[in-house]
Parts: sequence; structure tokens; C-alpha cells
Amino acid sequence: MSVLIFVDHADNQVKKSSYEALTYGAKIAEQMGVTAEAIVLGTVSDDLASLGKYGVKKVHHIANDTLNHVDTQVYTKVIATTVTSTGATVVVFSHNQTGKAVAARLSASLKAGVVTGACALPDTANGNFIVKKTVFSGKAFASVKITSPIKVISLNPNSFTTIAGEGVAEVVTVDIAVDPSKIKVTAVNKVSGEIPLTEAEIVVSGGRGLKGPENWGIVEDLAKVLHAATACSRPVADAHWRPHHEHVGQTGFQVAPNLYFALGISGAIQHLAGVNRSKVIVVINKDPEAPFFKAADYGIVGDVFDIVPKLTEEIKKLHA
Amino acid sequence: MKILVCVSKAPDTTSKIAFKESNTKFDETGVQWIINPYDEWYSLVRAIELKEKDAATIVHLITVGGADCDPIIRKALALGGDEAIRVNADSNDSYYIAAQIAEVAKQGSYDLIFTGKETIDYNGSSIGGIVAELVDAPYISLATKFDVAATTATVVREIDGGEETSEVQLPIVVSCAKGVAEQRIPNMRGIMAARTKPLKVVEPAAVEALTSVVEYSLPPAKAGVKLVAADNVAELVRLLHEEAKAI
Ligand SMILES: Cc1cc2nc3c(=O)[nH]c(=O)nc-3n(C[C@H](O)[C@H](O)[C@H](O)COP(=O)(O)OP(=O)(O)OC[C@H]3O[C@@H](n4cnc5c(N)ncnc54)[C@H](O)[C@@H]3O)c2cc1C
Ligand SMILES: Nc1ncnc2c1ncn2[C@@H]1O[C@H](COP(=O)(O)O)[C@@H](O)[C@H]1O
Repeated sequence: MSVLIFVDHADNQVKKSSYEALTYGAKIAEQMGVTAEAIVLGTVSDDLASLGKYGVKKVHHIANDTLNHVDTQVYTKVIATTVTSTGATVVVFSHNQTGKAVAARLSASLKAGVVTGACALPDTANGNFIVKKTVFSGKAFASVKITSPIKVISLNPNSFTTIAGEGVAEVVTVDIAVDPSKIKVTAVNKVSGEIPLTEAEIVVSGGRGLKGPENWGIVEDLAKVLHAATACSRPVADAHWRPHHEHVGQTGFQVAPNLYFALGISGAIQHLAGVNRSKVIVVINKDPEAPFFKAADYGIVGDVFDIVPKLTEEIKKLHA
Repeated sequence: MKILVCVSKAPDTTSKIAFKESNTKFDETGVQWIINPYDEWYSLVRAIELKEKDAATIVHLITVGGADCDPIIRKALALGGDEAIRVNADSNDSYYIAAQIAEVAKQGSYDLIFTGKETIDYNGSSIGGIVAELVDAPYISLATKFDVAATTATVVREIDGGEETSEVQLPIVVSCAKGVAEQRIPNMRGIMAARTKPLKVVEPAAVEALTSVVEYSLPPAKAGVKLVAADNVAELVRLLHEEAKAI
């Protein structure tokens, strides 16, 4: 028996969300008194033995070039084979774009119950396996019991703190047959330099209060001093002031950073649904009645064009 | 080309979220039901567009749910689609729901199965992947653009930190996100036509659910906002640094 953690990488480096999944999976293994192992697909330049720091004993590496693009059909077969050969009873993913593509499909192949968007360690007392996940787009939680022998779960990014200790994992290069992909990838466009929204520790978000795309400089400046990702409300994306991938809320990305700045955003229920799991929320809005203040930890009633540049300056001073 | 569009019923986005029966059930009192936005705005509209430009011959809708879903299905049919199938079962388990869809999909030999990116109540992002495995077809998740010429689909999908364009032969399963189409409002003709479109109710296949919800809970309420004066931005920074330890 073991817990198998799927480790995902981009640009040859292990993703931050995968470190969270590793820490989380290793904790589950500890709780169940079994070992934690990892699986890595495709080419990666990071030293995989160092994944031992997060509590895994063994890393199964299948370094076939076909696996450099995520094809759920190909991935499922390779991971399922590894689950069977290692006797894993729990498979852990991060609920990032790759996890969203692969976890559920794998679960069907293993006839395993799947819970995506887990946000806490499972309750494994009395032979149960109950996982807490976010539902209603972050407005509530559901504790879901998995009754199948094998369990597949994916962990919400930013909901579990990475712990790195000592430890070196044994890396096993596995040579198993990999099917050719039926999906022909013709282009990959990475938004370079930007911090991916779902992985960001700090998010600076702008709403219609910014008045127009030409005013986003102050948002970007603040994000820059904080090493934060930028986001926006839905009408801002709909009006093409900002790209769609910045849209957060019930029908956009759901984020849970340590710190979320809402600049000129009213705080509509659909917006809050996507951001209310942020640990600290700061609201800057000129309307003291804006609903966002009710969901905030800190706030300033004031004009974004006045406050935001000052905020950037003060943070620069702090970092100086 | 035959398309099967998965649609599900969801509580209106402004619904008050509350639970009953010792927090084991969603309290539906006063809740307005809508078509899950990702299904209504993106996958369904794209399927209808493909039919309008003669890339698709048949568009069927499917929902797994009780009779209370019928008004939602009629609403979806008012936007378009030739007929709807409702599998008469109520479940939260992704495997159970997807297995019912896969059963219907196999019998209807569809070339394309569309789902939404996720349901806004259960947030699984799971149904598409499971259906794809069960019908043994390629699966493209989180599509932001979708087109098809003859039997080749061209899809742009979200990946972490960017997007990927690919080509794939039908039959396939695709989950649709923002970008695939623009929301439409049903017109009077559509609403009238929807009344007489076939809505077939079929009984579920024998499938075992692999998960069940044991309890719901709500996040703890915020302690209340700490307001800082507009002329004292330095104080906000101090609080974020020293008190919240967030910067
Ligand atoms: C089904 C559905 C799904 C939806 N999904 C989402 C979603 O996922 N995400 C989302 O964001 N929205 C979503 N919405 C839209 C949502 O209801 C709101 O309309 C939207 O969030 C409002 O965006 P906003 O706060 O930027 O704009 P507004 O509501 O117009 O608010 C602008 C705010 O800026 C303030 N302001 C103006 N000028 C200044 C200034 N100079 N300085 C400081 N403050 C200023 C105003 O006081 C106001 O509070 C959805 C709606 C529906 C019906
Ligand atoms: N009960 C259902 N009946 C039909 N389709 C569904 C059902 N539940 C989910 N779906 C489809 O699967 C998508 C993803 O749902 P989920 O995996 O629950 O997030 C939805 O957008 C729908 O297209």
C-alpha cells in the first residue's frame, strides 16, 4: 500500500502546486501508516531525488518524450499501470489545469472515487476516507466519503503549506510502453514572465472602478513591487480591458492567495465566490457602502487613483 | 457530425447557500435554478453554431437528474438543439453521472461530446474526463476555442500559464470554458419551438456510486474589516506587514 503523488512540471521545473501536493500526499501516507511515492512524466531538469525533502521515498520517472504534452488518454494508461505496479491505494494530484484534465479520467480507469478541489487532509479514522472539498465555487465545503478501494483526490492550489525537510528519494527510471498520442499539438503559447494566477501568493485585482484599460499601470506597478499576479472582475475582462485569463470569480478562476487586493471592485456575490478563500483581503473603494468591505480584513475608503500609487511607494519603502 | 451536449441544473449565482437536515442537504428554499453557466454560455452555444454552419447535423442535450430538471432542459432547448435526453437519476457522484452519460453516448454514437468546464455547485471539473475514459476517446479539457473541419477538430485549451493549440480526429470529448462562444439569449421562436421538441426520459443504468457527501459546511465568517484612513496609507502597509504578516 502506498500513496502515489503525481508531480507536474512546466518548463522543466516542478510546479509549486506539485510541492503542495507532495507535502499533502506525504501527510496522508503518514496518517495511514504507508509510504509516499511520486510519479513524474516527461523530461524534467530538476533533481528528482530532492523530492524526498517533501516526504516521498521513491520517485517513478517515465521520461518518454510523448509525455511532454498532457494527453489524458496516454497519461491515464501510464499512471494506472504505475498505480497497479506499486499497489497505491491513494493517488494525489494538484487541482491545477493538468490535474483538472487527468485526475478524473484516471479515476474512471481505476474505478476509483474521485474528489477534486480538496482543501484539507482526509479523515481516515475508523477505516473511512472522507475528504473536504470546496463547493458552490468557494461559498461552502462538502465532506465527501470515498467508498472505492482506490481513491483519487486533487488538492486546491494554495490551500496546503509546503513543508520541506531532509530526505533523498530513490529515483527509479521506469521503462514502460507509452502509446502514441492521438492529439497533435500545433502550438503552445506561454504567457512568459507573469506569475500564474492560481499559484500566486499575492493577487492584485482591478475592477470597473479603474475606468479603463489605460489606467492599469497603477495596478501593475503595485503587483510588481509585491511580486503578485494581476487579476480582474468579469466586466473588465468582458470589455477586453484585460485578458480573459485574469477574470476571477464564480465563472472565472477561483483563487486563494495569502493576500488579495481588490481595487475598485464592488464585491458582487459572484466575484466574492471566487476570491473569498484568500487569507487576507484588502479593499480599496471610494464607496463606503461597497459590499466588498463586508468580506474584507482591511480597507481604505478612497480613490484608487490616489491610494494605489501611494501604496506602491510605501511598500517600496518597506522593502528598501 | 452528431453532438451530445451535457447540461446540468445549477442554483442561480446569487442564491443564498444554506443547508438542512443536519447539514447533509442543500437547502433549496427560495433558490432559482438556472442552466449551469458553462453549459449555457459556451458548450451549448458552440454546438448550435456548428449546426448553423452545417458542420453538425444533429445536436442532442443530455442531463442526469430528476423531473425538476425539465424546466431547465426546456430552457436549454429554447437556445437550440434537436432533442433532449434526461436520465432519471439524482446523484452527486461524478462517476455515477458520467457513467450514465457514457451509456447514452455509446448508444447514440456521437462524434463530439461537450461538457462545461465545471458545475458551479459541485465544482468537479470531472465529468468530461470520466466520460472520455468510458467511451475510450481523446479528451480535451478547458477549451477556449473550438472548430471542426470534416473529421478534424482544432482546439485551443488552457494549460498552466498559457494555452495550447492542437488537432485531433473525432470522436472526442471536450470541456468548454470561456472563449468557446458568446452567450446568447433565447428568442420567442426558440421558446415556442422548445415546447414541442422531444424530451426523452430514460431510466439509469445500474452503476455503483463511488462517493457520497456526508456533510456540508460554511466558511467561518470574517471578523470584520479594519478601516484605515485614506491619508494614512503607511498605516495599512504597517498592518499588512506586522499584524497580518502578509507582506
Ligand atoms: C451568472 C453571473 C456570473 C458572474 N460571474 C462573475 C465572476 O466570475 N466574476 C466577477 O467579477 N463578476 C461576475 N459577475 C458579475 C458581477 O455580478 C458584478 O457585475 C461584477 O463583479 C462587478 O464588477 P466590478 O466590481 O468591477 O464593477 P462595479 O460593480 O461597477 O463596481 C465598481 C466599483 O468601483 C468603485 N469605484 C469607482 N470609481 C472608483 C475610484 N475612483 N476609486 C475607488 N473605487 C472606485 C465603485 O464604488 C464600485 O464599487 C457575474 C454575474 C452573473 C449574473
Ligand atoms: N447531472 C449532470 N447531467 C448532465 N451533465 C452534467 C451533470 N453534471 C455535470 N455535467 C456536465 O459536466 C460538466 C462538469 O461538471 P463537474 O464535473 O460536476 O464540474 C458540467 O459543466 C456539465 O456539462
